[in-house]
Amino acid sequence: MLTMTRKQEFWSGVRDEAPILLGVVPFGLLFGALAISVHLSSLTAQAMSSIIFAGSSQFIAAQLVGSGTSGLVILMVVFVVNLRHALYSASVAPHLKGLSTGWKVLLSYLLTDEAYAVTIMHYNKEGDSETRHWYFLGAGLTLWSAWQVSTALGIFIGAQIPSNWSLSFVLPLTFIAVVVPALKDRAAVAAALVAGVVGLLALGFPYKTGLLLAALIGILIGLLIEGKPK
Amino acid sequence: MNIWLVILIAGLVTFATRLSFILLLDRIQVPDWFRRSLRFVPVAVLSAIIVPGLASPNGSLFLSWRNPQLLAGAVAILVAWRTKNVVLTIIAGLVALLIFQVLLGLVLL
Repeated sequence: MLTMTRKQEFWSGVRDEAPILLGVVPFGLLFGALAISVHLSSLTAQAMSSIIFAGSSQFIAAQLVGSGTSGLVILMVVFVVNLRHALYSASVAPHLKGLSTGWKVLLSYLLTDEAYAVTIMHYNKEGDSETRHWYFLGAGLTLWSAWQVSTALGIFIGAQIPSNWSLSFVLPLTFIAVVVPALKDRAAVAAALVAGVVGLLALGFPYKTGLLLAALIGILIGLLIEGKPK
Repeated sequence: MNIWLVILIAGLVTFATRLSFILLLDRIQVPDWFRRSLRFVPVAVLSAIIVPGLASPNGSLFLSWRNPQLLAGAVAILVAWRTKNVVLTIIAGLVALLIFQVLLGLVLL
């Protein structure tokens, strides 16, 4: 394979990330609009997109803030929802060995679901070139820019929508759209069902702690049903 | 807790999660059960948010065929299962909610 320059690697990452934006931009628009509908300020909504920079956890945090949940529970939920990033981190880590701490910090900030998916596929296919971190940077920055701009547009649109619209129903709908396709085997289905039922039973628990209890029991059930890998 | 503090800490926690293995690779060994449990995390957490949310749209439990959110949620689950399409699921759920609200409004008049 010809050695790629930094610039070529970067733009190659940008190009591969671009089609993914079709799915990301509507989410960003939706997030901006929803944040406004649960009465977050424009600045707060945009800050969530740039500081937290993790779509599904932002939706959940916005919903919880809107329903007056305590800060500590919101933080625990964000942590739990974003725990899958640890798996991504473990998976890309071998490809980022030897980079400076600055690069590791920058690329970690950009390690979203969509940037991870595109980058790890590229690394697995093309192998590790000298300038491979530039590919990650190109993919990551592309996604970052699209997320910031679509959030800003969503905030603008959200401010124009009458507040009595049942826009907040879009939240559970987006979660359904994310969860249902992930239910690929018995263990995942069991984890989801148990978490849902326990969440229902624990509805009266203070500060939405029932949510955490339900999630933990669901995860445990998923692990038990999956059993030891053969 | 101040909302800005929540956002800042949430950002730091998320960043630390992403940085974890990139920085610590080879220095620590993660137990196998922990690795396997990560896959169930989003599924369990989101289900624990979805189900109670649909069953108690106004804060108190409303498990009934007269609950339009619950019915529309069921439609959305069906569409998500058949199509695996995010946008279609959201549109189907919103349209179903509108229809059920109108129908139930007529029935309960």
